[in-house]
Amino acid sequence: MSSIQADPTSFAFTDENMDLVKKAIAKYPEGRQMSAVKTLLDIAQRQMAAQTGSAWLPRAAMDKVAEILGVAPIRVYEMATFYTMYNLRPVGKYHLQVCTTTPCWLRGSDDIVAACKKAAGVADFGETSADGLFTLREVECLGACVNAPILQINDDYYEDLDASRVEGLLGDLKAGKPPPPAGSLGGRTSTAPASGQTTLLSAPGSAE
Amino acid sequence: MAKLTIDGIEVEVPDGSTVIQACEAAGVEIPRFCYHERLSIAGNCRMCLVEIEKMPPKPVASCGQPVADGMVVHTDTEMVRRGRRGVMEFLLINHPLDCPICDQGGECDLQDEAVSYGRDYSRYTEDKRSVAQPDWGPLVKTTMTRCIHCTRCVRFITEVAGVAELGATFRGENMEIGTYVQKALSSELSANIIDLCPVGALTSKPYAFVARPWELRKTDSVDVLDALGSSIRVDARGAEVLRILPRLNDEINEEWLGDKSRFAMDGLKRRRLDRPWLRENGKLRPASWEEAFTAIAARMKAAAPEKIGALAGDLADVESMLALKEFMAALGSANIDCRTDGAVFDTSRRAFYLFNTTIAGIEEADALLIIGSNPRHEAPVLNARLRKRWLAGGFQAGLIGPARELTYKYEHLGEGPEAIQALLDGRHGFAEILKAAKKPMLILGAGALARPDGAAIHAAAWRLAAQFNMLNAGWHGFNLLHHAAARAGALDLGFLPGAGGLDAKAMLGGGAEVLWLLGVDVPAVRDIPAGSFVIYQGHHGDVGAARADVILPGAAYTEKDGTYVNTEGRVQEGYIAVKPPGEAREDWRILRAVSAWLGHALPYDTLEELRAHLQAHYPVFAAGFRRFAGTDAAGPAGAGALGTEPFAPVFANYYQTDVISRASPTMAACVAAHSPALAEAAE
Repeated sequence: MSSIQADPTSFAFTDENMDLVKKAIAKYPEGRQMSAVKTLLDIAQRQMAAQTGSAWLPRAAMDKVAEILGVAPIRVYEMATFYTMYNLRPVGKYHLQVCTTTPCWLRGSDDIVAACKKAAGVADFGETSADGLFTLREVECLGACVNAPILQINDDYYEDLDASRVEGLLGDLKAGKPPPPAGSLGGRTSTAPASGQTTLLSAPGSAE
Repeated sequence: MAKLTIDGIEVEVPDGSTVIQACEAAGVEIPRFCYHERLSIAGNCRMCLVEIEKMPPKPVASCGQPVADGMVVHTDTEMVRRGRRGVMEFLLINHPLDCPICDQGGECDLQDEAVSYGRDYSRYTEDKRSVAQPDWGPLVKTTMTRCIHCTRCVRFITEVAGVAELGATFRGENMEIGTYVQKALSSELSANIIDLCPVGALTSKPYAFVARPWELRKTDSVDVLDALGSSIRVDARGAEVLRILPRLNDEINEEWLGDKSRFAMDGLKRRRLDRPWLRENGKLRPASWEEAFTAIAARMKAAAPEKIGALAGDLADVESMLALKEFMAALGSANIDCRTDGAVFDTSRRAFYLFNTTIAGIEEADALLIIGSNPRHEAPVLNARLRKRWLAGGFQAGLIGPARELTYKYEHLGEGPEAIQALLDGRHGFAEILKAAKKPMLILGAGALARPDGAAIHAAAWRLAAQFNMLNAGWHGFNLLHHAAARAGALDLGFLPGAGGLDAKAMLGGGAEVLWLLGVDVPAVRDIPAGSFVIYQGHHGDVGAARADVILPGAAYTEKDGTYVNTEGRVQEGYIAVKPPGEAREDWRILRAVSAWLGHALPYDTLEELRAHLQAHYPVFAAGFRRFAGTDAAGPAGAGALGTEPFAPVFANYYQTDVISRASPTMAACVAAHSPALAEAAE
């Protein structure tokens, strides 16, 4: 885990992103610029996604962030390696993060993993498909257990999954169709009970 | 102040102390791995658990717990013991059982504490964590599977060394201490993390698999590879010095030591002069002491006294310089000099050539001006003290000379002496800072004086000190930072040309027909005209020995009892750790023997007699150390105008600056790792 691709050798924020960077830094008092490090890394990772199609943080980007914040690069490396949302290696266009923590696992995350592997064409976690579209990763609890199992694709959660829904979803992505709106693919609204409403069935104040 | 009761012992400690400090004040030892009194508190090893009454009924990490008045602390209850045992079991989960092949064995905190708090077997049957071994350069060997993540090394490199290169990357079970990007540690103090590491994760690379601590003979000594005179311990086995470690000395080095001072000692085994040599028909041949003395006597008797001269080099001890001075006086020659770098300036008062603020005194200063010095290379431990002061806040620094990374912020005032003039005239903004400061100090590098306008620079720097309130009854802010360990002692001895005597430049230029070099290896030695008869007395075959007509093998600093005066004017003694190799002898004895051969026997036969003689004639060596007050503001003589030439660095690199470090393979490896261009040029 300790080696990363040094490519590319340089990184610069675009003008629009530089404005965001300045805004983020300005939130903190003078001398506490380091507090903005996570925001800056996120901006850098999104810029990489926009520019190269792969949301990841090359070393040059981390060095740039360190330079802007006026801290030693190692302080930024510590941050970027600690959090799993920063990708230290290039990822596919769609970053598939499957939750396999207990609630998701009980609800069949093993099937989701298998479906992802099959549909994306990868053999194991951490791999990127040959077409560069998908990278599959196993993650710990995504905090949406009520709609388990969960698959996170880039910024969006897809919930109430089963193998066929995953295969359909990835098939659409492969075909170049826009992904469906995030949320439950099981037809429920938000986190409402899957079997239909069970409480508040009558108007407030009525007898039942 | 807060009153506490520790295991029934009452102590009073300042507010803001932590419980572990109170325990120490009470003389109760608390086991610890991450806590270190000179580093920030991390509180992550949890070994220092204690029980405190009227707190929630659970063990408390004493290193991070602030004291409160009336606290009652127990350090040896069942809860504490069980807590520490639990912590130890967790620490040992991933720690390999490789003590038999670990260099830390025998001086390992984890090993020691495991005796008190460890189980006799492991309940852990899962796989142990394994980590790749990163390469941190030629000095620090890493075995990161042994790491217990105390982060002492990270904190030292960030806080004290000021070169933030180490960090804790990744997290949880995957956490690693490292540089993340493969590189050698660039700090001149990097090897101190070897001492700090409580386990065998960081050990000394040159010392790997060499010896066990209980095999070593430990001798207290004084470092001579820079002018601070850091307290060291020389560990030897048989006739070999195996390693050098710092000793605690709050006045000078706290507990740190520069990498060169620590690791150049493998140069003590290489290129040594272990027998006399004599040049015949242009070639050096091995000779006996008698032959060498006969050749010297023949030339010395033939030469007029005013054509005989002697120079003392950078590593010489006070005893041998005294013997050489008196030997020359007995011969009737006034040609002696210790300023082999050509720095000629007024040394009529001690305050003119010493670090008067003192090293510990730096912590009182509130403004600093550095002139023509790079303390990071010339005295890395002193530089760490400057950084410590800077970190405490309210300390502004300015630098005149080549700009470089010093590990603290400073204002760059200019490259050459014109910036001194600008400050004197109040033309530079930094003058306001100095004016506003209560205890401003200036550090003048000895290298800044080794130039034609050296005396003028010296006088101008003193004028600066006088003008900006650096000289008063309670404070002396004028400091000369030497880089040669022998220099302050030589100046105290007055190892300078007598009336009508030649100076170093004149002697090296051919002014002396017979020239005695006591460990002088400056480049100018190469250019001594062929007509001069050169006697080299020293311990390494370097520039001086290559030019010599007679070589007398002397002893290096680990091989003799010697007195040294550090740049503060502190008189210190180092003790003999090993015998000099072969026929080499202690330097003052060689001079005593030659003086007798020539019929001018020096009046001392033993070291004790010599030292008594020294103290009788030079009271400064008997007086004991005291800080100067800057009450006498009369400045040094320094005629002439300031030049315009920018100040140049004294050393091309930190690692190779003298005969010992030039002979050291470890130092050569450091140069190769840090400045590849220099290493190539040397080949």
